[in-house]
Formats: sequence, structure tokens, C-alpha cells
Amino acid sequence: MIDLLLIGATRFLVGGGAQWVGCEPAPRQRIYFANHGSHLDTLLIWAALPRPLRGRTHPVAAADYWGGEGALGRIARHTLKAVLVRRNGGAHADPLEPLRATLAQGESLIIFPEGTRGTERLPGPFKSGLWRLAREFPAVELVPVYLENPGRAFPKGAVIPVPIACATRFGAPMRLGPEEPKEVFLARARAAVSELAG
Amino acid sequence: MNAQQKTIALFAGVAFVLALASLVGRALARRVTSESGRATVDNLNERIRAWWIMVAIFVAGYLLGPVATLILFALTSFWTLREFVSLTPTRPADVWPIAAAFYVFLPLQYWLIGIEWYALFAILIPVYAFLILPPLAALAGDVGDYLLRVARLQWGLMLTVYCISHAPALLTLDIPFYLDQRFLLLFFLIAVVQMSDVLQYVFGKLFGGRKIAPTVSPSKTWEGLIGGGLSATALGAGLWWLTPFTPLQAAAMAFVIVAMGFLGGLALSAVKRSMGAKDWGTMVKGHGGMLDRMDSLAFSAPIFFHLTRYFFTP
Repeated sequence: MIDLLLIGATRFLVGGGAQWVGCEPAPRQRIYFANHGSHLDTLLIWAALPRPLRGRTHPVAAADYWGGEGALGRIARHTLKAVLVRRNGGAHADPLEPLRATLAQGESLIIFPEGTRGTERLPGPFKSGLWRLAREFPAVELVPVYLENPGRAFPKGAVIPVPIACATRFGAPMRLGPEEPKEVFLARARAAVSELAG
Repeated sequence: MNAQQKTIALFAGVAFVLALASLVGRALARRVTSESGRATVDNLNERIRAWWIMVAIFVAGYLLGPVATLILFALTSFWTLREFVSLTPTRPADVWPIAAAFYVFLPLQYWLIGIEWYALFAILIPVYAFLILPPLAALAGDVGDYLLRVARLQWGLMLTVYCISHAPALLTLDIPFYLDQRFLLLFFLIAVVQMSDVLQYVFGKLFGGRKIAPTVSPSKTWEGLIGGGLSATALGAGLWWLTPFTPLQAAAMAFVIVAMGFLGGLALSAVKRSMGAKDWGTMVKGHGGMLDRMDSLAFSAPIFFHLTRYFFTP
């Protein structure tokens, strides 16, 4: 019920229909990785997935923002079924641990490898988490996603989102090459997202 | 005929014309084989299908009453403004003025029509929004392209909210001996605007050659404008029995609607081209965006409203 309301509100306000450019929606285990400019991003990708995939795809969200006890936290946990990570948590804890646990169960993830929201149209440098997950879970498809306009509809620092039409573009799946160095792979992944910007 | 009988006759007439168009479209789809011909016919059939939906929505608005009609037009303003703002560049600092435009001025404008507060409805956006939105944009402290940004938003708001809202505002006009038939006046406006668009397109496709402004809109030709415009004017005159006008007055009104609609299409094409886009969006299949269908109405509605108000209300 809440998920339908959430999707309805998203469609009404910012549209954000899915454009499957490089692949089809399929029940394969995937990591969707996208540019990040807005709190709408998570919602947009999640809402763009067909219903059967939605239940098995978990957005990765920052615990300091989405982990609270309020409405936002409850939506993140129960509706979006988000995996919460601590960005600046304990020095010993590996922030990727909850992600590994989810992947080990055969579930899919939505991640934003920039780590934080940017202000530009194209994504900034990627952090190494994507590369580490790709190395540890070689069977998982890595799907680049470009989010058009959410950074305009609900930019960093804004209090309420405004109606500006957004789009969610899914590109062709990629994999980590054998012995592919971290920097090369991360640059390639970032370029794959940027290319979808058109 | 009373208002209800007229309305039923009208909707039946529209359904008949559309059914005819659907049959012709189907026949053409079977006969045309060339690639470019196929594309034209496919586009034509998509347009006809979208027409059915638009007419169905309009009929639903009529059946549910004036408040539903008002809400329908408010939604139209919402989506056309969304298309306008989405296509024009904005900056993060514009979020507050954009939010005010969507969440305050748009509903307020339609609410004022609902309570028939003419004096405020007529100046809300040209005066109040005009004065309040720019300082809201300035508060965020970003001066890059400031004048351009505030001007674009004000222009979009005028066009998609202020101008389009004049169409349902026709339902508030106190025309003597016509109060129960005001919905027909709205129908007259929309019928003439849309028939003019369709007929200009058809005449342009059949006889078009001399382009009016090739850099702005390659599909607008003198043959289309004159042939389509005159036939739409004649059609409007033929609908005089719907209106408080005599046949001659109806022809004059239809002529003004056609002329303003043409100018609106031209001006908005220029805006689109300046943004490097061909359509305002992808919402209406075959037609592009919603604003692609509403551009003529936005320009003709306020003029038609004021002419009718000036000459036909006490």
C-alpha cells in the first residue's frame, strides 16, 4: 500500500519512467550503480524496477540519514528494504559488510559509488566499494544507471522536491575484467554511467 | 434544444468525427507501403488514439461538474508547467521560486476561479507572482543568469497557469440567458482551437509548400494556415448555436481564436527550438508533450475570455 502511494507520488511529481537502453529487466542478481545528486535517486531507481524485481533489490542508504526512527527511516527499512551503511562509523567495522551479506543471499543492490551527493550533471570519481564487491561476487551483473534531473528536482540542501521531469536509464551490464586494476575498472564504470547521460 | 441536448448532440458529433478518423486511419495503414508514408500514418493513428483519450477526459469533466473541470485544467497547468520547467535550465537556487509557483500560485489561481474572485484572479500572476518569485530566487544568493532564470519562470507560469486557466474561467462568466450553457462556450473554444490545429496540419500535409518560418517550425506553411484557418473559422461559425453569439459574431470569435492559436504555436515553437528540443515531452503519444497540444489554447483562451467578458456580460 505504502509502496504504491510512494510510486504514485513519484510518478506524479517527477515522472521518472524507466528507459531500458542496454538491458532488459530480468530476475538476475545485479548491482545497479548510478550517479548521485539527490535523495530522490534511491526512490527513482526502486520505482523504475518492475514489481517482482523491486522486492529483491535493496537500495544501499546512509544510516545517518535513512536510519532514524521517523517516517523516513521506517520507509527506508520496511518499504524500500534498504541496506543501511555507516559512512563514518567505527574504525574497525567494514562498511561493506551488510552489502556482502545481502549479496550472499542472492539479492540485488542499488548503490551510488560516488559515496555522496554531487551537484554536477555527470558523476564524480567512484569510491572503491564497487570494485571490491565486483571482485568478491564475480557472478553478479553490474548495471550502470543514469539518473536524469533528480539533482534539479530535489538538489542538495532543498527542503521539498519540485516537479521537474526525471528519467531512469539502465545501460548494458558490465563485469570486472580478469586482473583489471581498480582505477581502470572504476573509471570504466564511471564512464558507463556518463555515456548514458547522452 | 436545451443545454443538455446540445451537449449530447455535440459529444455524439465529436465521437462520430473521431470514429470516421479512426476508420480512415485504419484504411490508410493498410494501403500505405512507403517508409515515410508509414511513419506519417502511424503518427496520425497515434494522434487519433490520443484524441479519443482527450475527449473522454473532457466528457468526464463535463459529467462530474464544474469543480472536476477546474481540477482537470489545474492538472493540465501542472503538467505543462512541469514540461516547461524541465526543459528550461534551472539551478539549485531556483527550488524555492519553483516550489512557490507549483505549490502556491497554481492552486491559488484555480481556487480564485472556483470562488469567482475575478479581480484577484486577473492579477495574481502578473502582479503578485511577478513581484514575489524574483526575491525568492535572490534569497538563495546565486546571481548567475539571475534575470534569465526569473524571467523564464515567470514566462512559464504566465503561459501554463495564467493563460490556460482562462479556459475554465469561461464557466464563471455571467452571460445573460446563458448561465446554464457556459460549458458549451468552453467546448466552443477548445473545438475551434483543436480543429484549427488539425486542419492546419491536414491542409499543410496536402497542399503545403511555402513555409512561414522554416527556422522556427518547418511544419507551418501558408497553405496550411490559410486553408486550415479559414475552414476552422467556418466551422466555428457553424457552431454559433452553442454560443451566445450570432453566426457572424461566432465567425469573428473563431477567427480571433484561430489567429491567436497560430501565433501561440509559432511563439512556443521558437521557445522549444531555442532549447534545442522538438517536442515539450513524451506524455501524449504521437503529439509530443502536453504543451505541444496546449500552446494554441494558452494564447487564445485569455483573449477569447476577455472579448466575451467585455462584449457579452453586463
